[in-house]
Amino acid sequence: MLWEAIKLANQSVRRNALRSILTLLGIVIGVGAVIAMVTIGNGTTQKVTADLSKLGSNMLIVRPGRETFGPGGNTDVRSFTERDVAVLRDNLSGVRALAPSANKSVKIVFGSSNTDAVVTGTDSDYFAVQDWTFESGRPFTEGDVRSGSSVCVIGQTIKTVLFGQADPLGQAVRLGKVSCEVIGLVASKGQSAFGTDQDNIVFMPLRAFQRRIAGNQKIATINISVTDADSIPTVQAATEEILREQRRIAPNDENDFSVRDMTQIVSTLTSTTTLMTGLLSAVAAVSLLVGGIGIMNIMLVSVTERTREIGIRLAIGALEKQVLTQFLVEAIVLAIFGGVIGIILGLGLAGWAAYGMSIPFTVNPSIVGLAFVFSGLIGVVFGYFPARRAARLDPIEALRHE
Amino acid sequence: MSPLLAFDHVSKTYGEGGGMVRALNSVDLTIARGEFVAIMGPSGSGKSTTMNILGCLDSPTQGRFLFNDVDVTKLPRDGRALLRRNFLGFVFQGYNLLSRTTAIENVELPLIYRGTPKRERRERAVAALHLVGLNDREHHTPSELSGGQQQRVAIARAIVTNPLVLLADEPTGNLDTARSHEIMELLAGLNQTRGLTVIMVTHEPDMAAFANRTIKFVDGVIETDVLRVAA
Repeated sequence: MLWEAIKLANQSVRRNALRSILTLLGIVIGVGAVIAMVTIGNGTTQKVTADLSKLGSNMLIVRPGRETFGPGGNTDVRSFTERDVAVLRDNLSGVRALAPSANKSVKIVFGSSNTDAVVTGTDSDYFAVQDWTFESGRPFTEGDVRSGSSVCVIGQTIKTVLFGQADPLGQAVRLGKVSCEVIGLVASKGQSAFGTDQDNIVFMPLRAFQRRIAGNQKIATINISVTDADSIPTVQAATEEILREQRRIAPNDENDFSVRDMTQIVSTLTSTTTLMTGLLSAVAAVSLLVGGIGIMNIMLVSVTERTREIGIRLAIGALEKQVLTQFLVEAIVLAIFGGVIGIILGLGLAGWAAYGMSIPFTVNPSIVGLAFVFSGLIGVVFGYFPARRAARLDPIEALRHE
Repeated sequence: MSPLLAFDHVSKTYGEGGGMVRALNSVDLTIARGEFVAIMGPSGSGKSTTMNILGCLDSPTQGRFLFNDVDVTKLPRDGRALLRRNFLGFVFQGYNLLSRTTAIENVELPLIYRGTPKRERRERAVAALHLVGLNDREHHTPSELSGGQQQRVAIARAIVTNPLVLLADEPTGNLDTARSHEIMELLAGLNQTRGLTVIMVTHEPDMAAFANRTIKFVDGVIETDVLRVAA
């Protein structure tokens, strides 16, 4: 009986193909939007999480100047000194690695090739803090760092631009006016969550950088990698306390530096995505409601159009329940049909967006299943009233209907 | 033997107060198994109401209608639907086949509601179509069939469940004389060979002549009830 009802429903949906499709648009759009959003949202989260781990895990970034977001900000900031770094290194516990760094954009030249690169002056711990791995060569030695030897480690983009397929190790490149020897090549990290190329980078021992490239003693950033995620807040607080004391900040004054948790920054990004998903879900919910009303409308039209047919069915012995089932199943089939189109469309859209935004495309089967079940549920809820109306028709009246 | 169908002081009124219409006025009527009854009368005489009550589609306002000693008046909607499903077959003036549905599917329809398995359904539908002389039109839809053929499909649909009673409401009303006679011969044949009780509303004395009993209604009461002895 149920199978018959499904077959019958399928027939009547196909007979009125155009009308059915127009009716279904609401559900198609609603389900499509939800599926696309959730899939894209998942992809973004995965991408951001992956980027976060590339950036270095459990990272705290200490910068001079008050809390500001983005580049620029205050210019008259008191930079960190080597002494600040040394005090932190000696007094902080729960730290896996700690490294100072300063950056400057310079032209890097090898032979007839050149490119612009960000040179980072730092020490050998930096590679551990930011989870850089070496493809070939070695990081700086203690000696390199202390003496400020003119050596450097380059990223994949620099290597490709300057050396092509050739081995860069042992070659001398020119950074601005300074010549330095390439001693290492780090593995690729790809794009950052903010869209910058992380491989377009050159590392130099901090002292050499300060003396030969920056021309000052400033340390722009102290990077701290905390041993485990749970102790991030403790280490963050301890860092602030030590630096306040070291930098002699009066108890009532604000910090003249900031300690930022990378996880927080990423979670801010993620919460934006969540907000967007929420907003679009609301739109999708409205669309689904409209779709449901569309189904109710079309089913009422269908019941009126087929009054005579219903009369025939009742006359030859169909029970109320059987007519109800027939029309309810028809509404459900219609709604599920819309849901399936919506799922396919949503996944297609998400796949296309994932390709365009270069984020991973992963189908979440439970959300697809949920969308399927939910569209069926819309069919039940909005199909019930028309179906009941059909089932309660008076067969005599129905047979007389033109 | 108690009668198959019995009206016991059946009255039927429509509407209320001043606009009240009395369609049937305390009618007593019994029909035995195997009869072929023609019901005649001008429009508004109560013959359609009688058919609706006989067909368990409608209930009397007063009095009782007994079907095989069961008081139909007391049955709920679904109970009457089950009576129709199991014991009655309907043939209408306008054929009332499902459009865009093949002949065989139309004939199978009552069996679907009975829950008959697909194979048996097919076999019985084919047999019924054979019985009405439509062996080669099984997969035609109503729009591809002539009026006479459509009415044959409708008769096949009515008898596919082996009902006790066949109710025909002006079955030849839309057909020409030749086609009408064919249909009447078919009904008379079913009545004689299978003992099927046939009750038919008609305007035409020619058609009523096929029956062995003619009941004439006027103003909600039976005017004449003539039993014709088979020749």
